[in-house]
Amino acid sequence: MLAYIIRRVFQSALVLLVVGLVAFSMFSFVGDPVDNMLGQERTQADIERLRETLGLDQPFVVQYWRFLEQAAQGNFGLSYRQGRPVAEILVERLPATLELAFVSGLMALFGGIALGIFTAIRRRGVSANIIMTASLIGVSLPTFLIGILLIYLFSVELGWLPSFGRGEVTRIGNWTTGFLTTSGLKALILPAITLGLYQMTLIMRLVRTEMLEVLRMDYIRFARARGIREKSVNFRHALKNTLVPVITITGLQLGSIIAFAIITETVFQWPGVGLLFINAIQFVDIPVMAAYLMMISVMFVGINLIVDMLYFAIDPRLRADRTAGGH
Amino acid sequence: MADTTPITAPSPAPPSRLRRAWESDLAWSFRHAPVAMASFFVVTLLILGAVLAPLIAPHDPFDPATLNLMNGFTPPGQANAFTGELFLLGTDDQGRDVFSTILYGMRISLFVGFSAVLLAMVLGVTLGLLAGYVGGWTETIIMRIADVQLTFPAILVAMLIFGIAKGITPPEYRNEMAIWVLILAIGLSDWVQFARVVRGATLVEKNKEYIQAARLIGRTPFSIMLRHILPNVLNPVLVIATISLALAIIAEATLSFLGVGAPPTKPSLGTLIRIGQEFMFSGEWWILLFPAATLLALALSINLLGDWLRDALNPRLR
Amino acid sequence: MKKTAFLAAALLAGTAIGASAETLRWARAGDSLTLDPHAQNEGPTHTLSHQMYEPLIIRDMTGAFQAALATDWAPKADNPDVWVFNLRQGVTFHDGADFTAEDVVFSINRAKSENSNMKELLNSIVEVRAVDDHTVEFVTDGPNPILPSNLTNLFMMDKGWAEANDSVDVQQVEAGEKTFASSNTNGTGPYKLVSREPDVKTVLTLNEDYWGNDAFPLDVTEIVYTPIQNAATRVAALLSGEVDFIQDVPVQDLNRVAQTDGLVVKTAPQNRVIFFGMNMGADDIENDNVEGKNPLADVRVRRAMSMAINRDAIQQVVMRGQSAPAGMIAPPFVNGWTEEMDSASKTDVDAAKALMEEAGYGDGFSIQLDCPNDRYVNDEAICQAAVGMLAQIGVTVNLDAKPKAQHFPLITNGETDFYMLGWGVPTYDSEYIFNFLVHTRGSDRGSWNGTGYSNPELDEMIVSLSSETDLDKRNATIQAIWDVVQEEQLYIPIHHQVLNWGMAEKVGTEVSPEDDPKFKFFTMN
Repeated sequence: MLAYIIRRVFQSALVLLVVGLVAFSMFSFVGDPVDNMLGQERTQADIERLRETLGLDQPFVVQYWRFLEQAAQGNFGLSYRQGRPVAEILVERLPATLELAFVSGLMALFGGIALGIFTAIRRRGVSANIIMTASLIGVSLPTFLIGILLIYLFSVELGWLPSFGRGEVTRIGNWTTGFLTTSGLKALILPAITLGLYQMTLIMRLVRTEMLEVLRMDYIRFARARGIREKSVNFRHALKNTLVPVITITGLQLGSIIAFAIITETVFQWPGVGLLFINAIQFVDIPVMAAYLMMISVMFVGINLIVDMLYFAIDPRLRADRTAGGH
Repeated sequence: MADTTPITAPSPAPPSRLRRAWESDLAWSFRHAPVAMASFFVVTLLILGAVLAPLIAPHDPFDPATLNLMNGFTPPGQANAFTGELFLLGTDDQGRDVFSTILYGMRISLFVGFSAVLLAMVLGVTLGLLAGYVGGWTETIIMRIADVQLTFPAILVAMLIFGIAKGITPPEYRNEMAIWVLILAIGLSDWVQFARVVRGATLVEKNKEYIQAARLIGRTPFSIMLRHILPNVLNPVLVIATISLALAIIAEATLSFLGVGAPPTKPSLGTLIRIGQEFMFSGEWWILLFPAATLLALALSINLLGDWLRDALNPRLR
Repeated sequence: MKKTAFLAAALLAGTAIGASAETLRWARAGDSLTLDPHAQNEGPTHTLSHQMYEPLIIRDMTGAFQAALATDWAPKADNPDVWVFNLRQGVTFHDGADFTAEDVVFSINRAKSENSNMKELLNSIVEVRAVDDHTVEFVTDGPNPILPSNLTNLFMMDKGWAEANDSVDVQQVEAGEKTFASSNTNGTGPYKLVSREPDVKTVLTLNEDYWGNDAFPLDVTEIVYTPIQNAATRVAALLSGEVDFIQDVPVQDLNRVAQTDGLVVKTAPQNRVIFFGMNMGADDIENDNVEGKNPLADVRVRRAMSMAINRDAIQQVVMRGQSAPAGMIAPPFVNGWTEEMDSASKTDVDAAKALMEEAGYGDGFSIQLDCPNDRYVNDEAICQAAVGMLAQIGVTVNLDAKPKAQHFPLITNGETDFYMLGWGVPTYDSEYIFNFLVHTRGSDRGSWNGTGYSNPELDEMIVSLSSETDLDKRNATIQAIWDVVQEEQLYIPIHHQVLNWGMAEKVGTEVSPEDDPKFKFFTMN
């Protein structure tokens, strides 16, 4: 067990190193930060001086090594755009993204499970089929379009919900929250729907499939035969066995929700890390891009690692021959 | 967006009989699923429209010399105030006929979608089989690469490849390059789910008696993978491929929104939607609505087909 | 103790009754880059700084000079190399310190220091000296008749405050440096900083002790500034009443905003011209399909390309009337602009084809056009329209549109052969255009001249402008330079941009040609 964990942790570290390399190499292609940082009226001498200050005149390998060295100490340097430590900016922006991810994750989980159960139990019902089809409409349009359509309908035409930002936020220590004010809660609704819709569909379909599988199992049939009430069969017996894979998938999806928040945050001007990343790309703010990618990687690899270990712990069959993480 | 799609494990029945069975069952199931039939009809119609675009489309929107800017923003079915020309679905901001542009744009979207899925499938199935059958370090390396891959959202992969490709392609090929970059980016971000499912199924299959037997009679690993294991994992692969196709077409649209998609002079459906959404408040609804509706019809039909296929191929759900 | 508290309460109550609190919620596409007033020479950064800091002279909302921290200024009668500025008396900084000549000397020297991004504007200044507490002399190397126009974005800081807070040196934005002055302010301006989260939200409140309390409307008592990048979201925020004022309304949404109850659109010509540049200097260019020679080096090809562009169609369809077709690369605000030159562009496809034939390119050629997609109004759509128009004369254009961060380096590094550029002229004088766009590329001048054009004779004339005191003679030289630029078809002018501000009906303001609202001029009713 211990050997396995050590091996996995080692592999994860390797993964992070590779991600770092890929992320870093990408930066040499997205543009030249120097031109944006100097104004319209700068001279060639200014450019040379700046390249030297930033270390951009160094070979790629040297730049990468320096980046890794610093990153290992939690120091991602200073943002070219804001002139502040990247770590500080990330900490400042993270609450917005995490709250958005949390709400859309919850929505996706509970909405998905509820609808999944419903469509499984009423498999041939008209309403279940309508839900199944409607859910596909949500995943058949690009996220940015859904976001803009929601803004058009609920902000511009109906005037019910705000079109951008977090509304009023309350500061608690290092954390800013939109949960405590009405405007903050209202501001969460549209972005959370936009971000959560896709995951909700995913979970709903997963729950439905698993439920249908479980409902066919012998022990459920026996339970029915023993005269246990339908409700009890459905919820106490079937659902319980459905949830394990659902929770696994949800765990894996949480990371991707945060990653895919990029688009939602851009559309809704949501001041989270995704928007920060897009701004960084436009401004060729290399330290911010690097830190963001590393952060996402750590998150994904961490989740992956935990899921793998949980599998290992739960399912004894896997100890001899481990199967994949996803399913 | 790269995502794991819920797929059930393949059925454990023996291959040859199962195959014959599902073929006829599939046909039966199709005949009794009106939604599937309708979807199939829509998809066929759209694909035909795209393939035959040069014959059907009244204009060639990809030839800039034929465009007249003064035709811009002509509403559907109305004559343009300056030129007097008439367009079935109106024109966009550059004076392009929306109907023709959709047909040509769909060609690009479908080409990107099909090629990307093909790439992902070939890559994923090969690596999945290898990982599952060979095991050991091969497996570890492949699955760790899959982890790295999952770490990078498709968007980022696309931007990375886009940037590199831009640096190394000669300028005269850059316009064509965008399409190949999209295929590569979407394909590379999508192979993991194929690999995971195939590997999982391979692990199950490889310990079965008939594989052991095949090994004993001296079949090469290559032929075992190809002739015995592959047929058993084809069902889930087919289902993933269908759903991936819809995902790939939408991913292309999303990338266009972020500015790394097809160039505006040779727009895909996604690029058309990105352009169209700028005119949502201004009253020129047709520039957004028609491409969006086409994309929705295409992706939805493919998704519905995939849905039906999954249920139909899973004997336990019948 | 109790008495003070009582007094403070009474004062607070008094202000609450006196001024009706009016919050202005303001949005635009981008945010200020830093609060250090000398660290970045960039539009949105200056706009925010103008609310809190003040220069000696400002441009009012119509673009005219107005006395700010200086009450009057003139060159010394007996020595044209010295400008004398008389400072406004009784001005205090937000922290209560008095504004004196010493602060001016400090600020100018700070803005001239190495890290400063404003130093190019102050090149001609040799020395700044305080004559007394409220008189300052600027010594220039030779007479500089246009010095005042270089000072309108040059903000005054308090020497004592900067010294006490370790902010004497300008923040080195490029090195990612953070200083006290980059996140705190202490100006003399009408508004004080309350809070700021870059790219998210900045809040300002009225400075009760502002020297101009009686001279300006100052109806806006609080400013909440939110950058909103996505155009659709920004317009939606205005339409739904979540913001009161946006600076960049997309041209296609003008009607929608204007027709919405309670909203108005105000329009004015902007001090910015949009044009295409061509690499004519190289022997052979990389991004075309002609081997061994450079089609753009032939002036007939350049003229033919200009004649193929239908500027009226671009204005009508792409810009929806919100632009003025241009014949020269100077906006009408600029000294040296003439109506004759600006209406020189003619569209004539047949004549253009004939010119191409004459130049030996009857079958055309293909070339790549580099274009930004997030910098100018409808930049990508303009380029796209140009692709169609140039196709009419056989020039096949491959359009490569990308974010400005990737586009501009191509121009300044000389890596593009055909590109779009827009130019604003903060000094309102042609010299600024010549220095950056016409002069041979070198270390001091020509940094944005991506054409490879080099004409030593012309360079000499351009250099002579900076020290020519005889305005008539200077203007004659400017005209002579323009004649060459026009004759050579150095650039293909497209149009002058028009600014569109969208706002709630209660907001009253003119649209400033520099796109920099100064909220002290705003009325709210």
